[in-house]
Amino acid sequence: MFQVGLTHYLVISGILFSLGIFGVVTRKNAILVLMGIELILNAANINFIAFSRYGGMNLDGQMAAIFVIILAAAEVAIALAIVLNIYKNFQTVNVDEINKMKE
Amino acid sequence: MSLIDITFYFFAIVVVLSAAIVVFSRNIIYSAFALLFTFFGIAGFYVLLSADFLAVTQLLIYVGGILVLMLFGVMLTNKVIRVEIKTGTLSVLPASIIVAAIAGTIIGIFTITDWKTGDLPHDINTTTTIIGNNFMTTWVLPFEIASVILLVALLGAAIIARPEKFGPYREKSELFKHKKEPEQTKKAH
Repeated sequence: MFQVGLTHYLVISGILFSLGIFGVVTRKNAILVLMGIELILNAANINFIAFSRYGGMNLDGQMAAIFVIILAAAEVAIALAIVLNIYKNFQTVNVDEINKMKE
Repeated sequence: MSLIDITFYFFAIVVVLSAAIVVFSRNIIYSAFALLFTFFGIAGFYVLLSADFLAVTQLLIYVGGILVLMLFGVMLTNKVIRVEIKTGTLSVLPASIIVAAIAGTIIGIFTITDWKTGDLPHDINTTTTIIGNNFMTTWVLPFEIASVILLVALLGAAIIARPEKFGPYREKSELFKHKKEPEQTKKAH
């Protein structure tokens, strides 16, 4: 039971994924929504690497995790640029108040 | 319990607690700093899973890059001087019901399934060499595409976040006003 195996890592990643979903759904601030997305991506990464390790050290899982990290970096740069632009136009980043495509 | 197990449970507590702070805290700055501990704990998991290169990459990119970017975002989009770094919540009750259902399903599936696991081969010391070889052989096309994506994201972020006089709203820009002002002064004379 206490011997750490694949299931322990999977459960941790499941908890992280659920917390990330909760953050994305309930937070108003757009940056907190981004943080929730980061939690979800990290949960996926833990899954990739745990399967890579316990599947006989097949490194394809780690390669996939590297590409996830690359895409997360690109995504957060673009998303923060968009959030800054939204703040410049609306003076708020609350996702429930931004409901117009153009002022 | 061996030392590895104790380390795992330590990192698990750190990750879950700080992720909960990220999600449930009202203060965005607290969330950002709790995210730091989450990323550190996940890097610890990577070390325990004998993925040394991934652990260092996690520290460099997530902690050094993404988190700092997030903090910049928080500082630039909130009135830091006044105490308005709070965030509200939307529809907490239905969200918690749905998320509890999702979590129960996922964790149930993870624990019920009988995963076939293989043993760790003894001839692997570090993963960096193998990852480098993989990048240049099997994964060379995704590698090139990732480099193009990073370049495009860099340019796109720079263009989107620029001041308005170069951006899409050129009619309102100060550059345009500067062009109009000399005509008015000529008429005044």
